Amino acid sequence: MPGFDFSNYNRNAALHARGVPLPKATSTGTTIVGCIYDGGVVIAADTRATSGPIVADKNCEKLHFIAPNIWCAGAGTAADTEFTTALISSQLELHSLSTGRKPRVVTCMTMLKQHLFRYQGHIGAYLVVAGVDPTGTHLFTVHAHGSTDKLPYVTMGSGSLAAMSVFETQWKPQLNKEEAMKLCSQAIEAGIWNDLGSGSNVDLAVITPEKTTLHRGFVKPNERTQKLKSYKFKRGTTAVLNEKVIKKEEMGNYISVVELAEETPASGDKMEVDT
Amino acid sequence: MDHRPQAWGRPRDDVYGAYDHSYLQNSGPKQATQAPIVTGTSVIAMKYKDGVVMAADNLASYGSLARFPDVKRLRVFLDSSVVGFSGDVSDMQFLDRHLTDLSIDEAYEDPSCTAAPNGKGHLNAANLHKYLQKLLYKRRNDFDPLWNQLLIAGFDGHSKPYLASVDLRGTSFTSPSLATGFGSALAQPIMRRYAETEEDAAKLTREQAVEVIKECMKVLYYRDARSLDRYSIAVVTKDGVELKEDEQLEKQSWAFAERIKGYGTQTV
Amino acid sequence: MAAMFSQNPLMNGPNYSFNDAPRTAAPEGARQHRFDPYTDNGGSTLAIAGADFTIMAGDTRLTSGYSINSRYHPKLFKIGGTTADQKDATIVLSVVGFAADGEALKERLDAICKMYRYRHGKPMSVKACAQRLSTILYQKRFFPYYVYAILGGLDEEGKGAVYSYDPVGSYEREQCRAGGAAASLIMPFLDNQVNFKNQYEPGSGVGHALQERERKPLTRSEGEVLVKDAFDGAVERHIEVGDGLQMMVITKDGIEEVLLPLKKD
Repeated sequence: MPGFDFSNYNRNAALHARGVPLPKATSTGTTIVGCIYDGGVVIAADTRATSGPIVADKNCEKLHFIAPNIWCAGAGTAADTEFTTALISSQLELHSLSTGRKPRVVTCMTMLKQHLFRYQGHIGAYLVVAGVDPTGTHLFTVHAHGSTDKLPYVTMGSGSLAAMSVFETQWKPQLNKEEAMKLCSQAIEAGIWNDLGSGSNVDLAVITPEKTTLHRGFVKPNERTQKLKSYKFKRGTTAVLNEKVIKKEEMGNYISVVELAEETPASGDKMEVDT
Repeated sequence: MDHRPQAWGRPRDDVYGAYDHSYLQNSGPKQATQAPIVTGTSVIAMKYKDGVVMAADNLASYGSLARFPDVKRLRVFLDSSVVGFSGDVSDMQFLDRHLTDLSIDEAYEDPSCTAAPNGKGHLNAANLHKYLQKLLYKRRNDFDPLWNQLLIAGFDGHSKPYLASVDLRGTSFTSPSLATGFGSALAQPIMRRYAETEEDAAKLTREQAVEVIKECMKVLYYRDARSLDRYSIAVVTKDGVELKEDEQLEKQSWAFAERIKGYGTQTV
Repeated sequence: MAAMFSQNPLMNGPNYSFNDAPRTAAPEGARQHRFDPYTDNGGSTLAIAGADFTIMAGDTRLTSGYSINSRYHPKLFKIGGTTADQKDATIVLSVVGFAADGEALKERLDAICKMYRYRHGKPMSVKACAQRLSTILYQKRFFPYYVYAILGGLDEEGKGAVYSYDPVGSYEREQCRAGGAAASLIMPFLDNQVNFKNQYEPGSGVGHALQERERKPLTRSEGEVLVKDAFDGAVERHIEVGDGLQMMVITKDGIEEVLLPLKKD
């Protein structure tokens, strides 16, 4: 497995000691939840990504694909959640191919926790792992340091307490699909309204033994309000101080252009394609 | 050998070294509360159509130790207002003594003030809040903070339900529902479902408000590691304050715990 | 606005409300928990001066960290009226930053304006009030009011006047100013839409001969539209701005107050 490149570590540590701030990573200061119901599992997330107090993305996707029957909601550093889930997804696919069995949620969870534990929390991925496999329905949380938890309902991210307040007041042992979806979406909404790190829409995924249904924009309670005025400028409003037009025929003066013959194949081997 | 009487019975400097007087010195910054020691966790409160409900558990923690399990953190002022304290307990007791002095002074000035707690003509909750805000802000300016966040409930000068908060920096604000500490993350979302605006709060009955507050206390007990299931609850109405100081959380649900097996791959 | 930019080259750039500046090197392990007298309560303010009016605006959210303390906590205050309800006030102060300091500053300035009125039998002019506010702020130079203040009113000629301040009392009369958390988001918009910065008359010349778009004071309704649009924009991109928009319009007939909803997420 390719590892991380640490060649700038000493330089960065020295710079940091002299007061240079660390680069700010986009973090998904987030609300993510998951809830098991009779016949499957639901996970949900908000769609706000922040960089400090600034909203970096108003409609980002925090529900990540691992396998057709296993999905992951991610909080923490956006890049870490994205790359960690993609990496494990790939490894799990290879594992599944070599064993000839469907991937299991416990396998995914174990691979995630072992990967994250190895990096001692420096990979800031906080995940809710959910899925259905031949052994049943499963729901886990995985923390950046590698600890895991198994519960019928879970929350994570900066809005986890707001979301948990919904579960702790409304959750009951036997839920049907509609009830579980409603509960999860209400939990995310609690995060959206009460936690500044969370906002915009609710994304939701329902995983059953048969199929996974991803509801992108399950609830959209924060559509952008129409501006009162049009801010279209008259053409020519912006000053043009300097203008230079390069005609296509003169392009050869600036770059080297090589005309390819119609039938000449591109250099290199042709890609093998399955037939 | 030093034979002066001042040196009699003292450790000899030539043997033990000069005595270190530094601990007696008064120069340097004053060492007042620089960190909370014994602490109370969340206080929560919400308005309803004819008053305010407030609650806090009866625990005073010493770090992670549940040190004093029977500490009352809601205090009635002049039979018409309630102050809820979270944060340092010694500072709470200081404020409590201070408020007692204040209420005695008030009662001397105007003996009728305790008889008609309708918000008019005496130190009402709005006045009390302003007073405490000035007090806490003054202490932060002196770098000698009172390490508390307070909720003040009662009525304002127009006899409308009043609820406000002040913290150790003197920051004050009001809202239809308020919570301190952990409660602002866990209980406030629940209370805002019922009382998002003043108009929503003005539609709630007393029974509904008490029910919501009890539900919040339960969630706080489930999820706040510094909390207790014994709590105090106060209801402020135009007729005065009803304070119950030894309530027990009801209808707790821990049945789900039996179905949980391990934290990962365990199945038995 | 010197204090908005630190002299330390490492910390340069606007000081965001979330402190991401490098921490001063303290020996590892020797760090002790000390009382920090300041916090940032977020929010944003905005003021535009017109020919015969001034618009002051601010959102009504009060935050600490990632949580909302209150959805309705006004940042705009009428100053120097004769009564507690400020019915006959002619000046508006907006404060954003540390809420407790903002409150204290407002009460100081209000008390001073009331005393002036009592002693001189007439309300204080905005110009005088603006100068006095600067002195109040500078008096606390070494334990500042952590507040970005904007003062609005009508000058002696009846024209709209906006004075903006840094936390230690440096001030300037301006056509418009945004303050607080989303100031860096709103101010460029205002430069372009109020002072027509970077706008030229199409076809009026070539290159440097191009004529700048002529500056005209906005009408009141144009100003109100800009304020609403500025805040709708800020709400989209700044997490500490939202809930409600409080707007005060100062004219010769008094102060009108409007409250509009903003997004609550």
